[in-house]
Amino acid sequence: MAAEDTASKHGPDIAAAVKDALLSGVVALALFGPLVGLRTEQNMRNELVIQGRWGLVAAIVAVIVIGRFLILTLVAPALAQHRNRAAARPEHPSALRQALGKWFAPASIAFLFLYPVLIVSLLGFQGSLKWVDNFGIQILIYVMLGWGLNIVVGLAGLLDLGYVAFYAVGAYSYALLSSHFGLSFWILLPMAGIFAALWGIMLGFPVLRLRGDYLAIVTLAFGEIIRLVLINWRELTNGSAGISSIPKVTLFGIRFDASPDGFAKMFELPLSSAYYKIFLYYLILLLALLTAFVTIRLRKLPVGRAWEALREDEIACRSLGINTTNTKLTAFALGALFAGFAGSFFAARQGFVSPESFTFMESAIIVAIVVLGGMGSMVGVALAAVAMIGGTELLRELAFLKAIFGDNFNPDQFRMLIFGLAMVGIMIWKPRGFVSSREPTIFLAEKKAISGSLVKEGHG
Amino acid sequence: MNDLLQTAPATLPWENNPVLAVEHVFMRFGGLIAVNDLSFSVGRRDITALIGPNGAGKTTVFNCITGFYKPTQGMLRLQHASGATFLLERMADFRISAKARVARTFQNIRLFSGMTVLENLLVAQHNPLMLASGMTILGVLGLPGYRRAEHQAIERAKYWLERTGLTPRADDPAGDLPYGAQRRLEIARAMCTGPELLCLDEPAAGLNPRESAELNALLLGIRETEKTSILLIEHDMSVVMEISDHVIVLEYGTKIADGTPSEVRNDPRVIAAYLGVDDEEVEIVEENLDQIIEGAAT
Repeated sequence: MAAEDTASKHGPDIAAAVKDALLSGVVALALFGPLVGLRTEQNMRNELVIQGRWGLVAAIVAVIVIGRFLILTLVAPALAQHRNRAAARPEHPSALRQALGKWFAPASIAFLFLYPVLIVSLLGFQGSLKWVDNFGIQILIYVMLGWGLNIVVGLAGLLDLGYVAFYAVGAYSYALLSSHFGLSFWILLPMAGIFAALWGIMLGFPVLRLRGDYLAIVTLAFGEIIRLVLINWRELTNGSAGISSIPKVTLFGIRFDASPDGFAKMFELPLSSAYYKIFLYYLILLLALLTAFVTIRLRKLPVGRAWEALREDEIACRSLGINTTNTKLTAFALGALFAGFAGSFFAARQGFVSPESFTFMESAIIVAIVVLGGMGSMVGVALAAVAMIGGTELLRELAFLKAIFGDNFNPDQFRMLIFGLAMVGIMIWKPRGFVSSREPTIFLAEKKAISGSLVKEGHG
Repeated sequence: MNDLLQTAPATLPWENNPVLAVEHVFMRFGGLIAVNDLSFSVGRRDITALIGPNGAGKTTVFNCITGFYKPTQGMLRLQHASGATFLLERMADFRISAKARVARTFQNIRLFSGMTVLENLLVAQHNPLMLASGMTILGVLGLPGYRRAEHQAIERAKYWLERTGLTPRADDPAGDLPYGAQRRLEIARAMCTGPELLCLDEPAAGLNPRESAELNALLLGIRETEKTSILLIEHDMSVVMEISDHVIVLEYGTKIADGTPSEVRNDPRVIAAYLGVDDEEVEIVEENLDQIIEGAAT
């Protein structure tokens, strides 16, 4: 801090910056020298020969030295000045910010309802497929999962790394019951949710005495157990091959296919798979909004306050007569319920489920969405889902980079790299997630947002 | 037989219909005996102070009363004014608060720091609100019964905010309050549970003299207007001597004195425990005591 203050008063310290830049250069040379500078290639006789790429190393090191120097002399003082000015300003959010806070959620819900109409009118039915299915439905599934897990992780402060298990229970419930018993989606949707919630309670009873890291590890193991059971119980689940040709969802009995009483024939529209996708889009949108509605409602009820109190201090909760086991179980069960809904929707949408879809990676992505969004914040979690899922989907569209890097460049390989860098960047810039402040559930005179630094993250 | 039972307790006011009777409580942690054969009574609507040097086992006694520890042996009997009796050593911690109505505060403040002051007071009323919300189901539907109950809960919270002088800070996060206000909020939160017995673990720790005087007034006020009995652990002798009706002194887990503040203040063993004395003097005191005990026995 002191160094920054003097820098802002007397201008940047050039000598120190040069020294720092050179030091960075040495580190960069030590790192990139062997990594980039030495390349082994096979020659005509299948021998490995070392090729030096010292020009490239020199370029990288030069970029780092000059970049570091510029950051220290130009960027850092500017940032410090900006910070000082921001600190000097009274802490009143601007009118724009207030309006944004107030209108953002309703405006985005309105946008989500209009989104398919917009896309279809811009790109036509066939062109809309990718945007409604890959972006719209895919993102909304994760928004819903994020909101569901937000109850467990964000509100109750229980780190659950096996959330995908409940998603799997929901998906397989729908897949098995609909293909064996021919039950409709509308009956199975609540059933799948209830099955998942029951599993949540069954897991919860023995596990919820654990705290923090231990709870996280046991839930992670639970997720793996469910996946392994799905792989190995061949008679029921058909193993890794999965269950295919799962019946589709119907709109009050109207099917979305080419049959005479199908949707397209009924309304005398040209045949297209887009209708079904748009229907699914609205279905998942409504399911996600149901999750949001229930969560917002519960936060203002005693059970929701008890969840948040549990995250803040479990011992104090018990001293106030709150049954912490039951409170944790309701959070677990409710989170699992929404995962079950999302799972049955997922199975109906794909028409195919296999254990492949329920790996630990999925759980990790959902946890990342909740953490990135800012634990406990609905808007933050939704934004994070858009950024994470929409972002990775968008990175598939990197083909234009071939123009810069040549035809050998395969953008798909860099998807995860860019994605990881973005995550690191966001966590440095906003360590408590996109929306770090907590909104009180009730107020006497004035509603004030609570700074994230006071809100605890829970110990499990 | 009847005569004995009636005449014996009449000498000590707190033995008469006590709110809490601690009988022969032991607490062992492995080889360490933290509480050793402790018996005392907390008089109804009294302010009872539990004092003693550091490590005397005061907080352990509190943890036994509030269910955070299970005593190794002994009995803790709590009796409501209505006559309902609870054996605290058999109850889970949250039931002690919910059913037996024992509330407590903590030595190192445990507020819900990321929640507002008002929210803290509403969490304290979890159980009645939970019932009113029909275990959440009616509440989600937004039925008027729950809204009425919530309104009542807010009124109660407002009442305690007023009593503790926290009304202007009601919408601020609890973690933002200054230390003294956090202590008062913890008491307000405990009082919002509607306790029969309020256990305060060092409520005056870290308070300046003015805040300490305010605390005394608050506690006396609670005794005046509520039906709550207060049991407190305290190091601040000004608090103890000024407001308590009954003082119990612990040392190494054993009770060394039990009486009114003035009796305890002049007790040689208490002075020895607090100030330390030469071994000779202790022997003299102990001999004297032995004589007294023998005299009493014969």
